[in-house]
Amino acid sequence: MHGHSTFEPKNGVVKWLEARLPILSFMHGSFVAYPTPKNLNYWWTFGAILSFMLIAQIVTGVVLTMHYTPESTLAFGSVEKIMRDVNWGWMLRYAHSNGASMFFFAVYIHIFRGIYYGSYKAPREVLWILGVIIFLLMMATGFMGYVLPWGQMSFWGATVITNLFSAIPFVGDEITVWLWGGYSVDNPTLNRFFALHYLLPFIIVAVVGLHVWALHVCGQNNPDGVEIKDIAKDTVPFTPHATMKDSLGIVFFLLLYCWFIFYVPNYLGDADNYIPANPMKTPPHIVPEWYFLPFYAILRSIPDKLMGVIAMFAAIAVLAFLPWLDTSKVRSAKYRPIYKIFFWIFVVCAVGLGYLGAMPPEGGFVLASRILAVAYFAFFLIVLPLLGLFEKTKPVPASIADAVLAKHGSASSVAASAASAPQTKG
Amino acid sequence: MASATTVEPTRRDFLFIATGAVAAVGAAAVVWPLINQMSPDASTLALASTEVDIGAIPEGQIITIKWRGKPVFISHRTEKEIKEAEDVNIATLPDPQTDAARVQKPQWLIVIGVCTHLGCIPLGHQGEYGGWFCPCHGSVYDTSGRIRKGPAPRNLAVPQYTFLTDTKVKIG
Repeated sequence: MHGHSTFEPKNGVVKWLEARLPILSFMHGSFVAYPTPKNLNYWWTFGAILSFMLIAQIVTGVVLTMHYTPESTLAFGSVEKIMRDVNWGWMLRYAHSNGASMFFFAVYIHIFRGIYYGSYKAPREVLWILGVIIFLLMMATGFMGYVLPWGQMSFWGATVITNLFSAIPFVGDEITVWLWGGYSVDNPTLNRFFALHYLLPFIIVAVVGLHVWALHVCGQNNPDGVEIKDIAKDTVPFTPHATMKDSLGIVFFLLLYCWFIFYVPNYLGDADNYIPANPMKTPPHIVPEWYFLPFYAILRSIPDKLMGVIAMFAAIAVLAFLPWLDTSKVRSAKYRPIYKIFFWIFVVCAVGLGYLGAMPPEGGFVLASRILAVAYFAFFLIVLPLLGLFEKTKPVPASIADAVLAKHGSASSVAASAASAPQTKG
Repeated sequence: MASATTVEPTRRDFLFIATGAVAAVGAAAVVWPLINQMSPDASTLALASTEVDIGAIPEGQIITIKWRGKPVFISHRTEKEIKEAEDVNIATLPDPQTDAARVQKPQWLIVIGVCTHLGCIPLGHQGEYGGWFCPCHGSVYDTSGRIRKGPAPRNLAVPQYTFLTDTKVKIG
């Protein structure tokens, strides 16, 4: 997909630089002349939205670091100082803490979009797996960031999550002590979490670089799931088309983000985290941040410790195998009527698990989480492999241009190609 | 050209393997401090024991003390609690252990107050066995701190302790 750059420097300095480091033509080829499918919809703006959020998190995070103290007796106070004394500290912290939520919200939409349109299928398996790695890194970063304010939920969330490793047979307890740097979550734990919370976003930047690189090798998938055949007919240049569309997507996303920051900054948080960490008292109801709830529900749905932990990690790991679990040759759910139904059932299961993760682990909630956890895995391990064999798919358009014209084509020149799909339902 | 492949290792092969082996040992020697620095440091290890006066704990009460950053429950058990703990058929337990194996003196139960599931602190005198109940994920412990119900795999751990006098105990 490279080599579409029409970049021809006129300026002497640019020519001089180009001969030594062709970075400008590389940027031009990747973000200006780069051909994007004509039929991309707004679900495709989430890549740009996520890039924006990553930068926003790094910028707000770096400035918060200038005021935060990663020491167990001072951390809570330093966060309160940020909220009360530091110039604009309240806004920066709310932007950062809500930014994490918005980041996850966007990444979930991005993942669901990929699943709906079959974006993980050949030749985009590596692109997809890199995405799963980014998701895992985000979860680690988000979790460690939540520990830093050293409130009750920070402390007990850290305790519960690090104790997951104690489920590992034979060496679990040793690993947990090693992770803590002591016999419980304490100052050494806070220090290393802070160091890693600062480090991981830059690792994410690097993996995002690989993700975008892999994307630009294979080219973008698109709502019709057919490959680009003719660059002139099927694509438009990234700039201005995708640039403008992405910008508009970011603006609308920012509206939501700002609504959270300025109107309900604590809505997604937990009141208990405004109580300083107390290692002698567990809050009556420990809940992780909302973006971990579906996985937390899976963990709790299984009455065995080790199996619960395995199931929780498997729920994430199974995503990496998606390219091989889905046996259908057709990419987009647009042309897979039965897959489309199962996809929406899967979305309901995932959201349902999120709801159950926030509920106390008793009675009907436990049973419901078991049913939904089974359904979650069934989607990947039973439905997807079998659907590819039995589903009768709809005819896929020959090219992106055909798909676009069939949808928007006037009765004139394209009537011939559109005639095969007359307006049956409007 | 039958002699092109020789079975006899050359001096170059030996040097190659020897150099590689030294490099691997060197790399491991560098990596180990980087990993081991995360283990508990000397000051953490130094806090490994604590002494408690248990004379003031009335029968039927549980106190919580801090040892190695963790809570330790010291339960002054009543006759009824001791009897309940001793009368259990241990074959029915998820983590079979007699009460006698968990106490030095029947009236004093000393256990680490950390749920063996995911590390929350169970609440005393709660749950259907009158022992502890963990509010996080619903594990139920009996009056001997043994797991009876719920996701926790093991009984509440018994720390090392010695009775210095009748009313003084050293934990750790």
